[in-house]
Amino acid sequence: MVSAEGVRKRFLRHEVLKGITLEVQRSEVMCLLGPSGSGKSTFLRCINHLETIDAGRLSVDGELVGYRESAGKLHELRESEIAGKRAEIGMVFQHFNLFPHMTALENVIEAPIRVQKVDKSEVLQRATELLERVGLADKVGGYPAQLSGGQQQRVAIARALAMKPKLMLFDEPTSALDPELVGDVLDVMRQLAADGMTMIVVTHEMGFAREVGDTLVFMDDGVVVETGSPREVLSAPRHERTKTFLAKVL
Amino acid sequence: MSSQDATGTPTPAGRPEDIKAVPVRHPGRWISAAIVVVLVATLVRSVAINPNFGWGVVGQYFFSSRVLNGLAVTLELTAIAMVVGIVLGVLLAVMRLSPNPLVASASWAYIWFFRGTPVLVQLLFWNFFSALYPTISLGVPFGGPGFIHANANSLITPFAAAILGLGLNEGAYMAEIVRAGIISVNEGQTEAAQSLGMTRLQTMRRIVLPQAMRVIIPPTGNETISMLKTTSLVSVIAYAELLYSVQLIYSANYRTIPLLLVASIWYLIVTTVLSIGQYYIERYYGRGASRNVRLTPMQRLRQGLLIRHDKGAL
Repeated sequence: MVSAEGVRKRFLRHEVLKGITLEVQRSEVMCLLGPSGSGKSTFLRCINHLETIDAGRLSVDGELVGYRESAGKLHELRESEIAGKRAEIGMVFQHFNLFPHMTALENVIEAPIRVQKVDKSEVLQRATELLERVGLADKVGGYPAQLSGGQQQRVAIARALAMKPKLMLFDEPTSALDPELVGDVLDVMRQLAADGMTMIVVTHEMGFAREVGDTLVFMDDGVVVETGSPREVLSAPRHERTKTFLAKVL
Repeated sequence: MSSQDATGTPTPAGRPEDIKAVPVRHPGRWISAAIVVVLVATLVRSVAINPNFGWGVVGQYFFSSRVLNGLAVTLELTAIAMVVGIVLGVLLAVMRLSPNPLVASASWAYIWFFRGTPVLVQLLFWNFFSALYPTISLGVPFGGPGFIHANANSLITPFAAAILGLGLNEGAYMAEIVRAGIISVNEGQTEAAQSLGMTRLQTMRRIVLPQAMRVIIPPTGNETISMLKTTSLVSVIAYAELLYSVQLIYSANYRTIPLLLVASIWYLIVTTVLSIGQYYIERYYGRGASRNVRLTPMQRLRQGLLIRHDKGAL
């Protein structure tokens, strides 16, 4: 589903990604772990082209991100083409980024109606089902300011799912939440993984990574230090850097 | 009324006694209050007894048809110039934030020019525009055939010059206000919209501008109040708004001070009305920002009376 080969990204002089090579299979749940500044969020943002990469190849579902290749040359995609590709990838942010001037339901139906031009009654039905699925059937008319952090994040997940994405990106979805609200959000994500969604999750939730993750990737300073099944990496890390990190967080 | 202690259980002895303590003395406050009272009394007395104010003349002209006509023109100029300014401002702000460097610099240059020269000079320029370009024509640029030709003198009337001078200048200020509103919206909002596949235009129209309104509205109210008074500059091109109307009257009867007072009082009245309107508009757009909406002065007054009433009953 996602394939990265030597992906590099610079911000001015500072190189944030120093050649990332990764492979995510369909229906796989990959958890990205690492200290802050290790480049895991940047890598996630590159996948739906919120950041452009400077070198390497990055493709989603066999198609390059941001470019079209013809006759051995790369052509930049037009804005509408990039938007079209983003519409197929759902993203959930650390700070939810719900639209504060819209109700929960309006947040969910906005993009399917404006971007996918789906019939409104169909979208309304889909949105109501999704909000029910994330346990917020009674919050449909609430504005983000009236919802708790956990509820907002679940609306944000429903908003992304309303676009029927083939891939979901989670950028520290529970880091801004009160501890007691984390569980509800993880439950929704666990259910999503069980339904076979392909997911890349940047997280500090070791329990979730161990239980739900198929692969765990440990990144540090812009490189992948270690990859493996969560059980292996968490209980028997091979690299010194992974050991010291885990010793601090576990 | 049953009294309760901090834990919520009723106490048999009633609530603890209110603290009674000797208050700290504030001699400084008394002295400053006395100074203010003396100064204000002096001012009021001099305004009342100085015959040069000519209050009788003020009353005589306050509702005269020439003054009221001038007031109507002032209100009309304010409204039209603000509409022109707001439309131009949104356009210039979006241009300024465009990724196209030429479009962005055109907007920058416009703002630089119109903010950088006094509006009084701009008004005079528009008034004497026919000296610069005697005829105005619409056609193919660079000397191609023209389709419409007009005499600049008949096209740019004093009214048109006033609207051009005030509106184009206001556009530059409004552009900065709208731009401030747009950049005040969290970047995460744009990212969320983009990650859902929305285009730049959709993001601006559906997500960013509606949120920017909260920041844009209050200074726009301020600009409207400022515009009301700036219209008085139009008197220099002999267009009969409020100030020029009273100037015409006092140039005939020499009662300069009373007539300037007439104009000033009218400006104050309209400004007051606009300020009250602005207060309520700000309150309306501030709704989303905080969960506790501040009460209106009337509500506060009513609540204050209720509390006092409650205390009296205890």
